[in-house]
Amino acid sequence: MKIAIASGKGGTGKTTVSASLVHVWPRPVVAVDLDVEEPNLHLFLKPDINRTVPAYLEIPAANEDKCTRCRACADLCQFKAITVIADTLLLSPEMCHGCGGCLAVCPEGALTPSRRQLGDVSMGTVGERDFIMGRLRVGEAMSPPLMRVVKSYLDGLCDGRDVDIIIDAPPGVSCPAVSAVMDSDLIVLVTEPTPFGNYDLQLAYRAFSELGIPMTVVINRDGIGDDSVDVFCRRKNLPVLARIPYLEEIARGYANGRIVADTSAHLSQMFADMGGRLSELRAARGEVSNA
Amino acid sequence: MTTIAITSEGPTLEDALDPRFGRAAGFIIADPDTMEYRYVDNGTAQAMAQAAGIQAAETVAGTGAKTVLTGYVGPKAFNALSAVGIQVAQNLENITVREAIERYRQGNLELADTPNWVGRGR
Repeated sequence: MKIAIASGKGGTGKTTVSASLVHVWPRPVVAVDLDVEEPNLHLFLKPDINRTVPAYLEIPAANEDKCTRCRACADLCQFKAITVIADTLLLSPEMCHGCGGCLAVCPEGALTPSRRQLGDVSMGTVGERDFIMGRLRVGEAMSPPLMRVVKSYLDGLCDGRDVDIIIDAPPGVSCPAVSAVMDSDLIVLVTEPTPFGNYDLQLAYRAFSELGIPMTVVINRDGIGDDSVDVFCRRKNLPVLARIPYLEEIARGYANGRIVADTSAHLSQMFADMGGRLSELRAARGEVSNA
Repeated sequence: MTTIAITSEGPTLEDALDPRFGRAAGFIIADPDTMEYRYVDNGTAQAMAQAAGIQAAETVAGTGAKTVLTGYVGPKAFNALSAVGIQVAQNLENITVREAIERYRQGNLELADTPNWVGRGR
């Protein structure tokens, strides 16, 4: 089972939930931090990193002498990463999304593959559990290509093993968030019960509904705000998986870099129950989709 | 004859200079000696999710202008303009297109050698 922990709004508690679920998970599990722009799951899980590898994107390099300024590449590239301006071939490497289209269409062989570093991928262990994370290079704007590299290492790690996967996804509802959750079996939307939390929950619900992946909601800081999230969840038939109370001991634990599920027996039990309900949800949805 | 391009919020010399380069409404393409001019819409670049600056540079290059008068030019647009030998006078704001041309005629504008705006777009 692959579970993505996501949210429309940032700062709702994705990492708190991810770290705690990994901590109490009863089966073999890989913890994945796909919030590559600002990964922080490692701050809580404190993995032993045993391997860090650079991740690259293939981009074009030009041989100006071979280029006839035919514009085949310029007409293809939607991002202006390669264009011809007044007889000048202009490359903007940081704009390139790495589709390889220009290399394919150049009739003169004037373009050759080069690369841009996206960031790096780190792998390690947390006790018996595996850990993997991506970290975007400072200055790099595109996180989905790096996330694809992280996922390819994840595939290698999971190959042939019966292992669950818990993904700490980036916030929001744009390309990075969709890239992180799109191939999961279940999406957990972490929100807070405020008008702001509810608004961004609705955005996430609408964006991720297109994927056809079952979703469930965790209400963090339960007790503050209003009932708008509950009203929305009832209206959309979105199961509320758990409510994490608004407690000083949770904030205190988080601020000290602790796994919330590790701070007290009742919080540990709360996350264990959450994990159990996730498995039930998955089983129930599985039967429906297999029927 | 020299031709200059001024980022403009509208099609006349009395319109405000648009301080944005990539996302400018359009360009007044003018001959500062005769004050003859025409307007080129920048709608294509304005509508782009990204790379508006590069598209705008392409549009300006297509007009034959050798100098751009504007407010803020990002690094990619600046690079594109430099690559084709177009000079940039930046930091202009709160003036009309006519006033910008007057300042150019008086030699009262500094040509930039670096962009003045580091974009955060993606």
